[in-house]
This record gives sequence, structure tokens and C-alpha cells, in this order.
Amino acid sequence: MQLARVTGTLVASVKADGLEGVKFLIVQPLNRERQPQGSPVVAADAVHMAGPGELVYIVGAREAAQALPNTFVPVDHAIVGIVDAVEELSRGEGRESR
Amino acid sequence: MKVGRVVGTVVSTISSPAFEGRRLLLCDLLDAAGDPDGSYLICVDTVGSGAGEAVLILDEGNSARQVIGMPTAPIRAVVVGIIDQLVVDGELVLCES
Repeated sequence: MQLARVTGTLVASVKADGLEGVKFLIVQPLNRERQPQGSPVVAADAVHMAGPGELVYIVGAREAAQALPNTFVPVDHAIVGIVDAVEELSRGEGRESR
Repeated sequence: MKVGRVVGTVVSTISSPAFEGRRLLLCDLLDAAGDPDGSYLICVDTVGSGAGEAVLILDEGNSARQVIGMPTAPIRAVVVGIIDQLVVDGELVLCES
């Protein structure tokens, strides 16, 4: 999974079967410093709440379709969460008890 | 599988249901010399790893779903181990203790 910034929306009235009601957004993948990395991609919005300007995380490949209500659909990127914060930690911090 | 180092966490309130209650780790991927190679992954933690630790990362959906125990989860990258030692070509690359 990778960080990405939502930069736009996409509307398609004619779509492959199973994609009815799926919202598509344009997202720009980001590197760890939150700078653009690579080309923008079209991602299905699996959280139904993402919008332009938001920092999100996306999943690629077959797993993208798993995020949607109908999982057998031709989708290769999906937004699976909206990022509230990225906390960069120093060594030993934030370790979960085992 | 990949070798990474945990450098942070990602906090998210609104997410796909499969992510609820799971810790998301920001992991730098390491090269054969144990140095960051410039790429990273957001991974679901399954072993209780913490910042600074060298970890074993699985970046393949079917195996990830198996580890998570959810056959339909849209999860691809998971941390499946904490690395104690890594030797490449006879050289000790990572020794965590």
C-alpha cells in the first residue's frame, strides 16, 4: 500500500459491468516525504468519503477490487483509507506490547 | 518477501472495514546492504513490531489475506516477522539486538 494525494475526480457513464456506483478519483502516488512519485492513476474510492486534496492510502493490483462491494470487477487501484496523520517515529518508540 | 525497516505509523479513522483495529506501519525497504533503497510500503502489522525494527514484509495479496485471516480483505502488504540477523554473501548486513 502507498500514500497518495487525491487530485481530481472522474466521471464515466458507460462502464464495465459491476462498476455501477463506483466513484473514481485521480490520485497522485507520493513518496515517503509526501512528494509526487510517478504518474497519477485512476483509483476506485472504496471508502466513499475521499475527495480532492485529501491524503489517502491506496492498494494496487488484484487487492484493489477486493475493497469494493462487488469484488470481481476490473479495477487495479483503490483508495482503502483516508490518512489522518503519518507519525514518523524514532527507534524504540511506539512499539506495541507483545 | 522483502526486508524493511519500520520508520513510522499511519493513522486513519476512515478506512475500508478490513483495516479497522489494525496497526499500519510505514516501512522503508532495504537493499542487500541493509540501506534504504528509496522505496517504502504501508504495511499491516501482524507481529507487534515497533519503530526502528528490521522486519520481514510480504507484499502479495493472497498470502496477506491468509495471514490476516480474512479471505476478502483488500490488504496486500503485511509485516510477518522481525529480523534478528541478515547475512548476505557471508557479510553480516543486519544484526539487531
